[in-house]
Amino acid sequence: MTATRHGRFAPYLFLAPFLAVFAVFVAYPLAQSVVLSTRQMFGPTASTYVGLDNFRFLLQDPLFHKAVRNTLVFTAGSLFIQLPVALGLALLLDRPGLRGRNALRLVFFAPQLVGLVFLAVMASVIFQKRTGVLNQILEEVLGDRLGWVLQSGPWLDYPWLESQVMWALILSALWMYAGLNMVYFLAALQNVDRSLKEAASIDGAGVVRRFFAVTLPAITPVAGFVVLLSVVGSLQLFELPYILLNAGGGPDNQGLTIVTYLYQSGFETGDLGYASAIGWVLAIMLAVFTLLQRFVLRGRNA
Amino acid sequence: MPTAKHKSILSAAGAYVVLLPLAVITLVPFVWLVTSAFKSREQFFGSMFLPRGDGLLGVDWAALTLENFTRLFSEIAIGRALLNSLFLSSVTALLATLCCAAGGYALAMYKFKGRGICLAIVLAALIVPAPLLIAPGYQVLFKLGLLDTYTGLILPGIAPAFGVFLFRQSVLQSVPPELLEAGRLDGCGELGIFARVVLPLLRPMTGAFLMITFLAMWNNFIGPQIVLQSPDKQPLSVAIAQLKGVYYEDYGLMMAGTLVSVAPVAVLFLLLQRDFVSGLTLGAVK
Repeated sequence: MTATRHGRFAPYLFLAPFLAVFAVFVAYPLAQSVVLSTRQMFGPTASTYVGLDNFRFLLQDPLFHKAVRNTLVFTAGSLFIQLPVALGLALLLDRPGLRGRNALRLVFFAPQLVGLVFLAVMASVIFQKRTGVLNQILEEVLGDRLGWVLQSGPWLDYPWLESQVMWALILSALWMYAGLNMVYFLAALQNVDRSLKEAASIDGAGVVRRFFAVTLPAITPVAGFVVLLSVVGSLQLFELPYILLNAGGGPDNQGLTIVTYLYQSGFETGDLGYASAIGWVLAIMLAVFTLLQRFVLRGRNA
Repeated sequence: MPTAKHKSILSAAGAYVVLLPLAVITLVPFVWLVTSAFKSREQFFGSMFLPRGDGLLGVDWAALTLENFTRLFSEIAIGRALLNSLFLSSVTALLATLCCAAGGYALAMYKFKGRGICLAIVLAALIVPAPLLIAPGYQVLFKLGLLDTYTGLILPGIAPAFGVFLFRQSVLQSVPPELLEAGRLDGCGELGIFARVVLPLLRPMTGAFLMITFLAMWNNFIGPQIVLQSPDKQPLSVAIAQLKGVYYEDYGLMMAGTLVSVAPVAVLFLLLQRDFVSGLTLGAVK
């Protein structure tokens, strides 16, 4: 490479914005969050040193426990409901001859364009009882044939936002993210060797057998990445429940998530120290899931 | 083989039986969003979608109203929030795309002292969870005097690590080093090569990344909620969330506000769709 005198500085110049932003808005705050987590803060600057008390208190804080439980329930919903749906859509759409394939892909992807804030505002009306469109449709389609699965009563009165908050969140996220994950799975399915699939089919392997023997191994690397993205995103859930439930955790904090609690502690209570401690616990959870995913994937490949 | 053909037609029919109802379910909220935005308060409860009547297709078209939209712009001044969103999102998207492309290009194509460290920093920054930075980040902005300024909201987002990383991959894949040498021999400066040779070659990626960063800022709620305090500086995300708090019983108005917020993004997506999808799959597979 002919490095002119000018050219020698070029890479540093090109990287300067990234490095500057990283130093001021990532590295420094990261270090600062360690300091903050050992302090009780009153507003942005006044504080007292409390050592590990923030973490000690977190371990016994029933609200934090609730937030962790809710967040894990939501994560389970993403993994065990949303991802299978996304994979199913991708498998059905991954046939070259299917007419209207691109239009269908666009339809399933479209909800992704609605931001979480706007989804939350829509959901707050959709999930209303009596006036909400979801209950109206359920009433029309199912009538009183099913009652409500659990109790008896018209579907119109089904109280999503009073006693089924987590389901409302999981269903909203399913609508929004299934199409995005479908796109990832569709990309992954490009790696499936078609001739291998045909060979398996000629050898008499059924649809299920072909999926587990040929398709699944081929998409495992991308699927692992999608699972990780899903878990990381789900554990950081905030906007959707916060706005849907009127700037909080909803009735009896049924929809309180870890980041909602972090936000409330930092900006409503005004204790950036406790908020930082919550942030670190969340970071540890994320790290554990990431390592777990690596471990599982490596076990698969070996 | 006629049997194989029959079989594939059957399985295609099977695919439609599952896909079409799901497509309808996916579209219902959109249809409902659009129709609710044009209904007055009274009509909102009268019908699920469009009010029934004697007009074309059995719909009472005359009952629809623009009242929600006129109220949005006169009573609630949503126009200002719309402009704020447009400004914040386009500036962030442009700066982030430039900074990330430049950073990724440097990491991919130059040999320089500290390259290994820079790459390690990018990879490390990738795994820092955003919520961890909320509280200390707020403190940093407070100390820098950037609270309640657009700069405070835009600056932290102009060079995300995942963008630098994506562009590094993209440069490695689609920029041949010989072309850069040719540019240098022709007397092109380093900046000129980046702007005239490299950037055009990164086309699908830049389109996708512009779209991603624009969307991220457009839909960003926690950022403006924490950084901005003056009501007239708020973008749509915060304005609509506040609308929900105040007018929570005025469903038509809320849906009109949501529609105004979602429509520009949908238009942008349709314009950049091809770049977006190819860029997205590029990033996902490689």
